Amino acid sequence: MPKVTFIEHTGTRHEVDATSGLSLMRAAVDNNVPGIDADCGGECACATCHVYVEGDWLAKTGEQSDMEKSMLGFAAVTQPNSRLSCQIKVSPALEGLVVSLPEGQH
Amino acid sequence: MSAGVIIVGAGHAGGAMAAALRQNGYADPITVIGAEPVAPYQRPPLSKAWLKGEAQQADLLLRPDSFYAEKSIGLRTSTHVAAIDRAARTVRLADGEALPYDHLVIATGSRLRKLDVPGIATPGVLELRTLADAERIRSAIRQGVRMAIVGGGYVGLEVAASARSLGAEVVVIEREQRLLARVASPELSAFFERRHREQGVSIELGASVSGFEARDGQVSAVRLADGRSLPCDVAVVGIGAQAQDELAVQAGLSCRDGIVVDELCRTSDPLIHAIGDCTQRPLPRYGASMRLESVPNALEQARQAAADLCGKPAVKSDVPWFWSDQYDVRLQIVGLPRDVASKVVRGDPSVGKFCVFHLDADGCLQALEAVNSPGEFAAARQWVGARQIIDATRAADTGLTPKQIIAAPDQPT
Repeated sequence: MPKVTFIEHTGTRHEVDATSGLSLMRAAVDNNVPGIDADCGGECACATCHVYVEGDWLAKTGEQSDMEKSMLGFAAVTQPNSRLSCQIKVSPALEGLVVSLPEGQH
Repeated sequence: MSAGVIIVGAGHAGGAMAAALRQNGYADPITVIGAEPVAPYQRPPLSKAWLKGEAQQADLLLRPDSFYAEKSIGLRTSTHVAAIDRAARTVRLADGEALPYDHLVIATGSRLRKLDVPGIATPGVLELRTLADAERIRSAIRQGVRMAIVGGGYVGLEVAASARSLGAEVVVIEREQRLLARVASPELSAFFERRHREQGVSIELGASVSGFEARDGQVSAVRLADGRSLPCDVAVVGIGAQAQDELAVQAGLSCRDGIVVDELCRTSDPLIHAIGDCTQRPLPRYGASMRLESVPNALEQARQAAADLCGKPAVKSDVPWFWSDQYDVRLQIVGLPRDVASKVVRGDPSVGKFCVFHLDADGCLQALEAVNSPGEFAAARQWVGARQIIDATRAADTGLTPKQIIAAPDQPT
């Protein structure tokens, strides 16, 4: 189980065990990390699991689909390192991944 | 010791409420009471991925089973609440046990409307609300099975799409003259009708069901008011839902097509909040109140009620939004088509990628229906909330990106 870290907008860090094969969103939700709302349950329909991928991790989180790009494209707080965490699949290669959360998802 | 919070209802709203209380630092006991035998789970996949066998029960759970013990949340499944005693501050269970509360959250959801016709209790006449319902439908679907779906709303159409993709012969029977009559524009209804017909689904519009026929104790046909009989091996009835607010009514809380709540999800009793499908809630963007049956609504109200109970800043209401997946079609709707004076279609329904803009008399965007158009949907979530004025010509121009639609016309784009 790779360890990943979510940093809330307030600076609070949550290091959690993520399950390989499941999404990064799932790791946040299963561990009750505040700030990942995931309204649609991981269908890439809502853009409420937005994270900023820290450091050099972005390339390792995989390709963005056109759907994800479109859903993120209009968010005011989008940055070049923005991803939807429901679209990032956890694998051993993501051991140590750090993502931070925007101030709000809505 | 504090009696803590009791949450009546272990659906999406109730489960999210318990989690949100802990996220907000609530430290007293939390008990979630649910009638179903399973921990809170997601209902939307029941008519889609789960029905098609693409998701397992563990995938449906809102949180893993271990979550509740880890977060000191008492979860009482298969438990029915008989009454709320506001004076005694207790919840009475069906077996007579009385549980004290400091604060109560009602999250009882909605119940399916019943079709009152002869034969409705015939084996093989099914409905879809719970995981157990979905299991019955899933076990009935196989190659060539004849499925009659009564009601051309979202649930009926999603079941039709899932069953069809598994090889069932499907007929959808709708009382109104178009599919999705109460919940979508005629443009969208026409699109989904064509899409389902292309996939081989039969559709009967303007058709009322007068009863079900049985053979050997199993449903064998749906009888229509015009005298026709449509043979089937299984029927699924999906004709809408209503608030499950009886406990609140009996307890004397203010109810009007749902439990009346304010923007903090407070009911008429200061010790009781209500959230989710069972509430009649304010919609500040439209200066109205209504009942919303949707997951985003349940989650938003859970966040609002949890913040209020924990003395945190109020969580502001978002513009309502909904989604549906059928075949390769992703439908996303934002806003409510209220006070609509004109509509603009952007894109081409015949290629399965288009949007319908709903504008009021001032050209302000009230709602957007987006078919396979996530960019427009994402943009419209902001525009509807901001009462953005939309130029009809620019909205229809697919040469412009969503962002360019609202750029001032004299600016280079």
